[in-house]
Amino acid sequence: MTAKIRSSKGAPYARILGVGGYRPTRVVPNEEILKHIDSSDEWIRSRSGISTRHWAGPDETVAQMSVEAGGKAIADAGLTPEQIGAVIVSTVSHFKQTPAVATEIAHLLGTKKPAAFDISAGCAGFGYGLALAKGMVTDGTAEHVLIIGVERLSDLTDLEDRATAFLFGDGAGAVVVGPSKEPAIGPVVWGSEGDKSDTISQTLPWDVYRERSSEEVRFPALRQEGQAVFRWAVYEMAKVAQQALDEAGITADELDAFIPHQANLRIIDSMIKTLKLPEHVTVARDVETTGNTSAASIPLAMERLLATGQAKSGDTALVIGFGAGLVYAATVVTLP
Amino acid sequence: MAATQEEILEGLAEIVNEIAGIPTEDVLLDKSFTDDLDVDSLSMVEVVVAAEERFDVKIPDDDVKNLKTVGDAVDYILKHQG
Repeated sequence: MTAKIRSSKGAPYARILGVGGYRPTRVVPNEEILKHIDSSDEWIRSRSGISTRHWAGPDETVAQMSVEAGGKAIADAGLTPEQIGAVIVSTVSHFKQTPAVATEIAHLLGTKKPAAFDISAGCAGFGYGLALAKGMVTDGTAEHVLIIGVERLSDLTDLEDRATAFLFGDGAGAVVVGPSKEPAIGPVVWGSEGDKSDTISQTLPWDVYRERSSEEVRFPALRQEGQAVFRWAVYEMAKVAQQALDEAGITADELDAFIPHQANLRIIDSMIKTLKLPEHVTVARDVETTGNTSAASIPLAMERLLATGQAKSGDTALVIGFGAGLVYAATVVTLP
Repeated sequence: MAATQEEILEGLAEIVNEIAGIPTEDVLLDKSFTDDLDVDSLSMVEVVVAAEERFDVKIPDDDVKNLKTVGDAVDYILKHQG
């Protein structure tokens, strides 16, 4: 017989309740990058907008940075760690695949046995996590979900590649998603384009070391086809951003802030032009002093906009992440 | 109707002017985008996308790197325009 199964009962809607960030203490200026490549401060800034980035020290591990950012997000939400029902961590630079680093982070934060898992969605990881969290809260599988984007991309940077050596940074950004009486996270517009998987990728898979020694083969690094990525990010992602606005029933005039993945200032500036965003919209430009921190970049930029008063709680923001996969995720949110 | 070489050059000059702020009269067939016109690799993508729209032509990423001079781009568009 088909027995009647009871389902969970979730909140009517979900919202971001709090945000937190951690930036490593060591600030690396362009001058330091120039020790390894033939370039100039002016060239780096004109191609990327980046003047400094943070690189993690030995104690600033993926787990430790996540605990700092996650703890701040939980406190900012007015919650305690025991109230977190799920922990989602997005990273591509945690070098121990098993177990998921999310479980260690959940434990170090003092949570009470929440669901905890890692996801791999490159620079769209935050948006992917946000979409999952929203679903979990409205489904009732977790009341409060902690999402952390964390990277130590300095570990995957080829210091001698003049096209990417200056680009990447380290850090962690986190938000807590919980119940809401009103809609405060719009429909996510997300997807993947696996036919372009070679556009941004790690140079070699780890199992290359099964056959060859580390003396023979250089440690893997991130590489990308700059022009192809730029074209896709500016023109294709502008369409995705517009679709996220349309699906949320929001016009660009109603936006207070635009928080795109902090890949490169040139991409951000061209996206604004292509999207024809009105002047009054505050645009996150955290990349200038943080570099590209992949999954961490959107929550870090969000935290900075709120901390500096450039945006305020209750503002309406468009967020969009895009990167290796290729993958993307965009949505409209009410800021915590 | 397909654009002539002269029309394509004129159109490209307007695009380069808008994107890189270079006077249209400086955009000549023998000029290099990067060395003479201050169009770096990322601005070049913006030039290419604008040219695609204006001349109804597809310029794939793999072909963009071969367009060193304004003349290269004019020839490419002349050959591939819809």
